Amino acid sequence: MKGKSKIVDSEGLDRIITRMSHEILEHNKGSKNLVLIGMRTRGEFLAKRIWNKIKEIENVELPIGVLDVTLYRDDFRKRLKQPEVSVSNITFDINDKNVILVDDVLYTGRTVRSALNALMDFGRPASIQLCILVDRGHRELPIRAEYVGKNIPTSQNEEIKVKMTEVDNEDAIFLIDINNE
Amino acid sequence: MPLSSRHLLGLQGVPKEDIQLILDTALTFREVLERPIKKVPTLQGKTIVNLFYESSTRTRISFELAEKRLSADAINFSVSGSSVSKGETFKDTIKNIEAMKVDMVVVRHAAAGTPLFLTKISNANIINAGDGIHEHPTQALLDMYSIREKFGKIAGLKVCIVGDIAHSRVALSNIFGLITMGAKVSVCGPSTMIPKYIEDLGVQVIYNIDEAIQENDILNVLRIQLERKAREYFPSIREYAKYFGIDRARLEKNKKSIVIMHPGPINRGVELSSDIADGEHQIILQQVTNGVAVRMAVLYLLGTVN
Repeated sequence: MKGKSKIVDSEGLDRIITRMSHEILEHNKGSKNLVLIGMRTRGEFLAKRIWNKIKEIENVELPIGVLDVTLYRDDFRKRLKQPEVSVSNITFDINDKNVILVDDVLYTGRTVRSALNALMDFGRPASIQLCILVDRGHRELPIRAEYVGKNIPTSQNEEIKVKMTEVDNEDAIFLIDINNE
Repeated sequence: MPLSSRHLLGLQGVPKEDIQLILDTALTFREVLERPIKKVPTLQGKTIVNLFYESSTRTRISFELAEKRLSADAINFSVSGSSVSKGETFKDTIKNIEAMKVDMVVVRHAAAGTPLFLTKISNANIINAGDGIHEHPTQALLDMYSIREKFGKIAGLKVCIVGDIAHSRVALSNIFGLITMGAKVSVCGPSTMIPKYIEDLGVQVIYNIDEAIQENDILNVLRIQLERKAREYFPSIREYAKYFGIDRARLEKNKKSIVIMHPGPINRGVELSSDIADGEHQIILQQVTNGVAVRMAVLYLLGTVN
């Protein structure tokens, strides 16, 4: 298909998740005090996959939660469409925990900014580490990810589309040229 | 997908999708209310005036909390101690308040149609918090939210509204909303308090409270509004309590399970006996909690579109 290329396939995605899980454990010297929080929608499933990997590697079940940041966004005034809100689900205490915040694509950094504000309303974690599947550049805020699955330099006319079987029909990462699609 | 209107004046004619959206959105805010910090920055920088020309505890506090938990700036206006007592007209008061740059107005007034009038003289988003004997949409929305929370659905349920149907804005909003959502609605009360053409709205009229208990899943029991001269419509309060009041003996005589709702404030011993008002059938305080979440949802949905 013109204007749309598959950058990572399903085996590749699995390898990336395996590597990132090891990096998380290495960086934190094990799984003690770690909690995973995925950002809706695809970050949620990505976090669940990392959770499974860590369970395989260390045989521990980390606390895992879901964060919806809609209410913290700064673009209400700019957007024409009203974003649909859904429910955050963090049932454990995040105080003094090392929080691994998981999302699919890191772009301007504004979603992560909202997530940081949202997390602060749940408590005061010891640290927040950002785990991102694709870093596509073009940051507008001073935000950096600890764990990056893949760096894909993009232009503003391109879009990264992460697909996951939980919500889409396949596991893959696509680079889409908006002008050419 | 935003709501189809930029005001919430009533539930008459409001499409099912809008009600559904408000109830779904309220679920998010219900979760916010369970957090250690019950506040989100969503309406930061918005100014909301609560314009209450009639006394209110629950609704006003509920709206004020909802506004504060969305980080909006909330201003309260009540008639006593305002320039209304100096003879300023309603329109002048509004024009002056609007000149101070407000984004949304929550209004309660004894005259039906006040919120509609406001939409014609102001650019703010208007939310009806009760206008005379017309509508009280957020109360009906929180009632429907509470029903959905309890039963997991609204469609197909049988709901009976009990009491002074003719002078109740809560009843009217509930009838419009519940019928839109597919519930089967009936009303029950003394014949003097049932409006003549109420059946045209698609509701069934029941004059016997025992029958109402037997046939319904939910009773939404209204307050007998003694301040609105309700006494003129029946011989005595004791007689009303005897024929339409709900107490344990009456429930046990008639039925296995039923859910009792009440918009508050309760006249204990009149429409509900104390042991029912505090008993296992009622969800009255859940209604109050849900009220904040539902009002946050309405403010969010109206306040974040241009």
